[in-house]
Amino acid sequence: MTDTIALLNGALAAIAATDDERMLDQLRIDYLGKKGQLTELLKGLGKLPAEQRPAAGEHINEAKRQIQHALDARRDIVVKKALEAQLAAETIDVSLPGRRQSSGGLHPVSRTIDRIRQLFESVGYAVAEGPEIEDDYHNFEALNIPGHHPARAMHDTFYINPTTVLRTHTSPVQVRVMEQGKPPFRMICPGRVYRCDSDLTHTPMFHQVEGLLIDEHVTFADLKGTLADFLQNFFEADLAVRFRPSYFPFTEPSAEVDMSCVMCSGKGCRVCKQTGWLEVLGCGMVHPSVLESSGIDSTKYRGFAFGMGVERLAMLRYGVNDLRLFFENDLKFLRQFN
Amino acid sequence: MIFTQQWIREWVDINLEPSILISQLTMAGLEVDAHGPVAADFSKVIVAEVRTVVQHPDADKLRVCEVFDGKDLLQVVCGAANVRPGLKVPYAQIGAQLPVFAPATPDSPSFFSIKKAKLRGIESFGMLCSAQELGMSESSDGLLELPDDAPVGVCVREYLKTDDVFFEMDLTPNRGDCLSIRGLAREIAALNNLEYKEPVFNAVTPDIADVFPVRIDASAQCPRYLGRVIKGINPDSKTPLWLQERLRRCGLRSIDPVVDVTNYVLLELGQPMHAFDLQQLQGGIVVRMAEASEKIVLLDGKQIDVQPDTLLITDQQGPLALAGIMGGQNSGVSSETRDIFLECAWFNPLAIAGRARRYGLHTDSSHRYERGVDSGLQQVAIERATQLLMEIVGGAAGPVIVQEHDAPTQKTVSLEIGNIDRLLGMSMGKDQILNILSRLGLKLESTSESTLQFSVPSYRFDISIEADLIEELARVFGYDHLPVTKPLVRMNLTSRAEGTVTPERLRERLVTLGYQQVITYSFVEPALLEMLQPSIKPVALQNPISAEMAVMRTSLWAGLIHTLQHNVNRQQSRVRLFETGQIFLPNQDQIDQPDMLGGLIYGSRMPAEWAQSGDASDFFDAKGDLEVLLSLSSDPDSFTFQAQTHPALHTGQSARIFKSGRAIGWIGALSPALQRTLDLSEKVFLFEIELAAVLTARTPAFKALSKFPEVSRDLALILDKDIPAQSIRAELSELAGEFLTSLRIFDVYQGDAIGFDKKSMALGLTWQHPSRTLGDDDINSIIERCVKGLEVKFNAKLRN
Repeated sequence: MTDTIALLNGALAAIAATDDERMLDQLRIDYLGKKGQLTELLKGLGKLPAEQRPAAGEHINEAKRQIQHALDARRDIVVKKALEAQLAAETIDVSLPGRRQSSGGLHPVSRTIDRIRQLFESVGYAVAEGPEIEDDYHNFEALNIPGHHPARAMHDTFYINPTTVLRTHTSPVQVRVMEQGKPPFRMICPGRVYRCDSDLTHTPMFHQVEGLLIDEHVTFADLKGTLADFLQNFFEADLAVRFRPSYFPFTEPSAEVDMSCVMCSGKGCRVCKQTGWLEVLGCGMVHPSVLESSGIDSTKYRGFAFGMGVERLAMLRYGVNDLRLFFENDLKFLRQFN
Repeated sequence: MIFTQQWIREWVDINLEPSILISQLTMAGLEVDAHGPVAADFSKVIVAEVRTVVQHPDADKLRVCEVFDGKDLLQVVCGAANVRPGLKVPYAQIGAQLPVFAPATPDSPSFFSIKKAKLRGIESFGMLCSAQELGMSESSDGLLELPDDAPVGVCVREYLKTDDVFFEMDLTPNRGDCLSIRGLAREIAALNNLEYKEPVFNAVTPDIADVFPVRIDASAQCPRYLGRVIKGINPDSKTPLWLQERLRRCGLRSIDPVVDVTNYVLLELGQPMHAFDLQQLQGGIVVRMAEASEKIVLLDGKQIDVQPDTLLITDQQGPLALAGIMGGQNSGVSSETRDIFLECAWFNPLAIAGRARRYGLHTDSSHRYERGVDSGLQQVAIERATQLLMEIVGGAAGPVIVQEHDAPTQKTVSLEIGNIDRLLGMSMGKDQILNILSRLGLKLESTSESTLQFSVPSYRFDISIEADLIEELARVFGYDHLPVTKPLVRMNLTSRAEGTVTPERLRERLVTLGYQQVITYSFVEPALLEMLQPSIKPVALQNPISAEMAVMRTSLWAGLIHTLQHNVNRQQSRVRLFETGQIFLPNQDQIDQPDMLGGLIYGSRMPAEWAQSGDASDFFDAKGDLEVLLSLSSDPDSFTFQAQTHPALHTGQSARIFKSGRAIGWIGALSPALQRTLDLSEKVFLFEIELAAVLTARTPAFKALSKFPEVSRDLALILDKDIPAQSIRAELSELAGEFLTSLRIFDVYQGDAIGFDKKSMALGLTWQHPSRTLGDDDINSIIERCVKGLEVKFNAKLRN
């Protein structure tokens, strides 16, 4: 009896003094294991008179339960303490930046072309591309601009040789698509174009997106609707859009499209030269000769074409004030669009 | 083309505010580029007469004048060299406001007041003015000399009618008919439904019978040529101020009275004319195409080798003028000229178009002829010019001689009424059509239920098909009033092959890998390309914008390296760039223009941050990034890298990239020599591949998963240093059998421990069988086969 009490007290004291999970395991083995001290006491029960055995056995089992309980309770505390210690030791400054590769970005001109493309793709325009060194036929002749046409003076053309040029617009891609396919056509052609001109507001290379829609029932009214829709969606603003008669040899009627100035909301500023309007697109109904020279029956099919300068749209959209920045590729400039 | 309010009002009674007229013209397709007053807004400047002029006692350059203003004699000090007694001049009275030239700041006053002043001790009551001082000229040489009959005391603003506005037009090439007061008045009248009041110019009755013979040998190019001799002009005559002013306000300089008159008629009627000095002409005028190796010295002193498709005005001695472009130096009028021969011709636009530009010329005459001059105008114009010449230089006019062949016939164009709706999305009634087109000078020739036929006036070169008529209807009706709709189309889905990698996806991947997209010029510096690719002769531009942009790029590396230099020079120490675009490779008679993707890395592998090492990038950073791109494609294993040398790359760190045996690009470190030349402090790694080679993707195809465990073994080999890892991999893939699921190289070591010409390579292999567990026996026999195979082929030994 006294042995059991002494053993119990000794065990509880040892358990309470233990801060280590493995030590607790050892104590369990020492007291409750097959060869443990309480197990030995139980084995000693046989030596007791029979009438004392139940009470003594009950005593020992009680002591065993208490030790088991104390071990479990202590284990919970020890594990919890250990976890707390781990958490404390492993606490970091989460405000430090993460470990990673730097992130790059797209050029603002790409970004703008992507945006234009997505808008037109959403209504089923396909994307077409073509060579930048073009022959005279596709860049001029097929577009109703014969060799001596005054409109050639409007295109300051880079020549490779007398019949090979750097394309002055992306319109030749339209011609190539029309030559190779069958109407209806619904497509845009983004790409680099070249004009022999370099000053504050001109770079010798820039980007255009040309659009073409050829079908049996297409009207100038559809052209007006399409481009107003485009500009309002591109600029995400309810802009006023106006169409002015103009001249392109490959369209008839032809128009320039102005939108109300996004810088001053049409009040007049330096960007719109105090007119309140910005010229942003050229367009028109495809000239019957252009359709015919690409093998399309101009009595059955009609269509519209339009063209826009990507850098100009990007400048207006993002407020860039110097065209030349687009081709300097200064990382400090480019990263502003990431 | 510049026109003025006052001049146009002589032809059409238009009373619109300038801003409204501008907006009306602009919305009718006649863009107004600029407008403004023809003189500064000066005040209290009157006509005065200089009576006496004496030298200022204390200033060499100043004179003291007595000036009569109609009431009083006033003392005025003047510095102009042309001041002299009897001269009529603009006189700014005390209290006059004159414009300030070049104000010091935008906010400084733009006018100043004339006050009583003392100039070197002499009192001056006002100021005598030059044209510049009145805002009527960019520069002046002395006082503005007014005509002798200018009424003294009258306000100069009224006398010179300076309350006028100029409008500068930016006309599209189809509207050559608006390159004159006459044409613009006609257009303004049509737009406003006003009467077009063409003045009547009476024919000048010949005083003499003298003619100079004219022959046309190129009648297709010159269907009509009118000529007239005028003899005995007064060489001392001066262009009257009103005419000079008209020219000035329209942007032309006064030259001499005869030239001024032809220029005046050019502006007024749109008919270019030329006056020859009759004494310089021999035999007769022949209008013909140029013959081989003819030369001419033009009015501007420039000598030209005339090409055979050029129309010439010639005489017995040879070329006198480039027809419709510019006259020759020797036959033009001068201060000595007494007798003139006046030319007024109609040249076919196709005979003139493009020629001036080819000779580097652009004249008021060529500008009009190549766009088309009204073929019905020559008789009127030559009479108008003669009349003005008689008034200004005097002389006796001979009869007009006319040589005419194949005169242009009148065009007719028919309009199917239903096509208006089909093109514009809006129908128009017959009345409306007739109203608009007749205002524009078209005449209804015949009419049926659905079709109208119109004859086109001789000045409208741009109207030849039905669409032109519909454009005119839309233009006058107003584009802004046309309906707005959206196209109705069939909703066919766009086919999109799943097995494609879009360039956009590649770009996004590169952005994720830290690359910044750049867009560089397609034309680059020849010297840089020569360094990068000495064996390729690039496509050169005939007319480059500068020597640095003279040839077409044959590699994207030129632009990438140029961009790197730009940024390194601006304190960027870590740069990752890519570009996609065409390069231009001469291929016999053709030029190949493949789309390429190029990349460049420079500086540390990772951004300089607390948690990252500052290790420099190396070849395998670039290669790894490229492999990420290749892995998007259908068959990444079809790409191989072979050690090959490239003139731009480090001989030991460069590889040519192949897809299924076809070369598609390069990767490597920029050669140390070039790195030095380009003054780059760190290594540069470059790659460039054909875009098309990586644009095909795989459509996924399912394979059943094995339920049986994987087994892995490692192999450590000692090899000759030069054996490429790719060869070991390829051989092991074969040897390790069909159940090999992965093979990776996890360590490569070179060092003294294994010998200087050796390397150790550790590989991890993993197998999995689809239908059973692979046992040790299976694997041991495979390993044995591998080791033996590698030993035979590469003399590879297992490392102990």
